[in-house]
Amino acid sequence: MKELLDILNKVKPGIDYVNEKHLVSDELIDSLDVMTIVTEICDEFDVEILPTDVVPENFESVEAMWQLIMRLQED
Amino acid sequence: MKNILEYLEHSVGRRPEKTACADTDTSMTWRQLREASARIGSLLLKHRLTHRPVAVYMEKTPACLATMLGTVYGGDFYTVIDTKMPWDRIRKIFSVLKPAAIITDRDHEETVREALASERKDSPKILLYEKAMYVPEDREGLAKIRRKAVDTDLVYTLFTSGSTGMPKGVAVSHRNVMAYAEWVKTTFDINEATVFGSQTPFYFSMSVLDIYTTLAAGAELQILPKQLFAFPVRLLEYMNSRKVNTIYWVPTALSIVANWKVLDYVSLPYMEKVLFAGEVMPVKQLNYWRRKMPELLYANLYGPTEVTDICAYYIVDRDFADSETLPIGRACDNCDLIILREDGTEAAPGEIGELCVRGSFVAGGYYGDPDKTDAAFIQNPLNPWYPEKIYKTGDLVRYNDRGELLYLGRRDFQIKHMGYRIELGEVEAAAGAASDVKSCVSIYDEVRDRIVLFYEGGPKNENQMRVLLEGKLPPYMRPGECIRVKRMPENANGKIDRKYLKSYYTDLMDGQAIG
Repeated sequence: MKELLDILNKVKPGIDYVNEKHLVSDELIDSLDVMTIVTEICDEFDVEILPTDVVPENFESVEAMWQLIMRLQED
Repeated sequence: MKNILEYLEHSVGRRPEKTACADTDTSMTWRQLREASARIGSLLLKHRLTHRPVAVYMEKTPACLATMLGTVYGGDFYTVIDTKMPWDRIRKIFSVLKPAAIITDRDHEETVREALASERKDSPKILLYEKAMYVPEDREGLAKIRRKAVDTDLVYTLFTSGSTGMPKGVAVSHRNVMAYAEWVKTTFDINEATVFGSQTPFYFSMSVLDIYTTLAAGAELQILPKQLFAFPVRLLEYMNSRKVNTIYWVPTALSIVANWKVLDYVSLPYMEKVLFAGEVMPVKQLNYWRRKMPELLYANLYGPTEVTDICAYYIVDRDFADSETLPIGRACDNCDLIILREDGTEAAPGEIGELCVRGSFVAGGYYGDPDKTDAAFIQNPLNPWYPEKIYKTGDLVRYNDRGELLYLGRRDFQIKHMGYRIELGEVEAAAGAASDVKSCVSIYDEVRDRIVLFYEGGPKNENQMRVLLEGKLPPYMRPGECIRVKRMPENANGKIDRKYLKSYYTDLMDGQAIG
């Protein structure tokens, strides 16, 4: 989880990632941020993210992203 | 016809209850769009504002479109301001434009009032969209304005960045817009059944095509939510839900779909036409679209804001290898292209020269800036007999053996390195064709006499990229440095931000020199 928080803070600092639950719908992160986060996750966790995984629900909170990573690592 | 509002009124007359423009949450029929616009015009009339610049500070919504057209009802012309733009730059624009009024909505009222509070007495009147919707239409007053109108009156002033850091406002008239919209409508058969999926912002020249051909043809303008470009599967599903059948996007947006291979997961059953412009379309990404949807019409459009939007086009009619570049084709109808040598004489067939444009698409000049206007909008050097302005694009082109125009790059992108004249576009075409490269940009660092390549995706090891290019480019064209980036920076229009990359590299090198 720490690696993920590091990524998020690097991509867009100044957001309370631990507590925010609506990163996308509250427009705290924009489309370019999402794209960068996706690339960073793929590199850092060595997973392959399919376009069908790149949906707002998977990026609304740090937990959602973590769950996505866990699921992809199991695959 | 002398006024773009005739398009609007004609569409109201034909199908008043048909959707004209919609976004996720709101929608306006043709009748509603005209009514809202006329109310805005009547409000401006009440404030005795005609023939004045009016700034529009709103999000990309149907209401924003109504406001833009409303300024034209008032006999004024509009400049749409990007609400994400820093106020420092907005103030620079205002110092050139000197808007008489700024129309905004409740969501942005406070921001605008705060930003303008420090301004002196010349500060523009702040008018509210919501309040304007209670202003009754002043039919007589609006008709009077129309009677006095001519087709050389301005519709809008669109600001682009100037090399000195001072924005330049391209002044575009009714005649310009109508000539352009007629060409688009005829060439791409835009009609009442057309549903545009609009990607580009209203403060960017490409949106002129979406907006004014929608008006001219009584089509439908569906504003695509910007956030969905991060979620491409959802984007395509949304487009299907709105039955979008025509798109005119920047290549970066089309590349998102291609790089994610989204068409492997979602199909676009309504799609008919895919147009693109604004930057060079990478062929590898286009080939993905063509493989998946071979039956669509694909067209490469080319032109600067100063010719309204577009002056040349190429409808893709044959196969291209990933490493090839698309031609920009030929001149639009009612638009003429001249290729000039540096001495102002006409280039021979096949010879490289600067592309210049003649005809009704050519804008009047830069608002409030006669010097910059005179530098770029010049007397046609091939015509010494009567006044005729042409626009010098600053782009280098030549004709190929098929008689198609090729874009070679900016005059300022052509570099001289190791004694050779090199087009940075060629370096990019070679690198962009490499497997898994999502996008790339090549810059030239004059101080260190070095070609630098920035790329996204592709080999993680930058040396590997260099080796790869050795097989594709002659030694003098190879980048001295390859830099892999996690993502390409984008400017406000969604295009790759070359200026930023160049300054980034300079800073990087300067930092190293000091450290």
